[in-house]
Amino acid sequence: MANPNPGNGNGSGTARTTAEAFELKVGLAEMLKGGVIMDVTDSTQAKIAEDAGACAVMALERVPADIRRDGGVARMSNVEMIEEIQRSVSIPVMAKVRIGHMAEARILEALGVDFIDESEVLTPADDQHHIAKHDFRSPFVCGARNLGEALRRIGEGAAMIRTKGEAGSGNIVEAVRHLRQVTGDIRGIQARAPEELMSTARDLGAPYDLVCFVHQHGRLPVPNFAAGGIATPADAALCRMLGAEAVFVGSGIFKSADPDTRARAIVRANTHWEDAEEVVAASRGLGDAMEGIEMETLDESQRLANRGW
Amino acid sequence: MPADDSSAPSARPCRVGILAIQGDVEAHASAVTRLGADVVRVLREKHLGDLDALILPGGESTTISKGIDRLGLREPLRVFADSGRPVLGTCAGAILISREARHHPVPTLGLMDLVALRNDYGTQVDSFASETDPGSGDFSGLRCVFIRAPRLVELGPDVEVLARVDGEPVLVRQGNRFACTFHPELTDDLRVHRLLVDAAG
Repeated sequence: MANPNPGNGNGSGTARTTAEAFELKVGLAEMLKGGVIMDVTDSTQAKIAEDAGACAVMALERVPADIRRDGGVARMSNVEMIEEIQRSVSIPVMAKVRIGHMAEARILEALGVDFIDESEVLTPADDQHHIAKHDFRSPFVCGARNLGEALRRIGEGAAMIRTKGEAGSGNIVEAVRHLRQVTGDIRGIQARAPEELMSTARDLGAPYDLVCFVHQHGRLPVPNFAAGGIATPADAALCRMLGAEAVFVGSGIFKSADPDTRARAIVRANTHWEDAEEVVAASRGLGDAMEGIEMETLDESQRLANRGW
Repeated sequence: MPADDSSAPSARPCRVGILAIQGDVEAHASAVTRLGADVVRVLREKHLGDLDALILPGGESTTISKGIDRLGLREPLRVFADSGRPVLGTCAGAILISREARHHPVPTLGLMDLVALRNDYGTQVDSFASETDPGSGDFSGLRCVFIRAPRLVELGPDVEVLARVDGEPVLVRQGNRFACTFHPELTDDLRVHRLLVDAAG
């Protein structure tokens, strides 16, 4: 996979192969493992997140619960707001672009954002195509509901996959469904004979070489995190039990009664997800969680996870 | 290891602890396992007891440092290092092992006489890979992956530079303590991990 535009990136202009650039992108994803990435909408929230032990923050204008409530077109955040958050914390700063919006992604790349989330939480800019992510110096994370979707995004250059879950719902059921789907799909591929992998790739709509990687290694070629509906320490622990290597928490923290305490509690439960006593301790004295949404009350058109393909 | 000397109890594998608060713990575990050593994921003081060596992994130094305090591990980690057993810090771990971290200061363990400048090469778009400079001795030709890497400065007189990239120290040693600003756990070259295991004896 040759970069069709070598040397057009910003920064130092150092020539790199696509493979080497991809290794660096996945490298940062590796560093975020075992962590909690928190949605924040200003520098005050970003500091709360960092002080609570978040390993990265996601800068966005409205958390998904508010995007869902307010309606309208949700876009990339204001440049000044992203820069303010970058100045306020030492941990990596991520930000979202609309699916397919390569111009928004070029802006985030030029700002030196550490990870770009091509996210179904924002209103898609392209209903057919995702961004060609290998062409960027910044790493990308993308959502997925199943293995085929995950491998399509990785084929385009995503260096991290997260389950879509159902953002802004406060309901973990969709994240669980997507985690189980991805891990179940992986087990299915491992059980296949080598000569069956091409038709598997056809059926999944996934690149053949990546299907072969999954067959050989029994995992995605990039880190696999969970997102969408995590509201409690136990939700974070559940995602880790199901194989997620880190978690994103969106509305769950800053839509709760006591964000600082809840942020620390989710970090603690995420570190000690295998230790029930720690998760119990993390679950004490939290105040109210965000209000959740029952999935049956959402029309198909209101489900953010259906965006992208 | 040859199995012909079944009477030797000292032949037990080296036990390497990896601080497991956050970061690329599993990548280090894989490297350590390939060297035939046992892995212990360290989250409690009791996990430090029978270790032969310790790794402070890559990850986010702010996150890991806060976890160290929450778990009450700051003093036990210092005591472990004072016992003379080897400690390796990579990237975030190199920040934690330093006497001081600058730019966005973070509380360090103060185990090595050097200063770490956090994210001194820039943000993720400035991350890079490079080979060590010729003349890096046993570590010449080592491919190094730098991710939002720190820079090591103000090295004390007891700190020995084992490898450089573009003239800058990237792997240093002070007695049995090692700091490395790149990520040996992300490449297949096991030289840095072998250095730690060999130091454990």
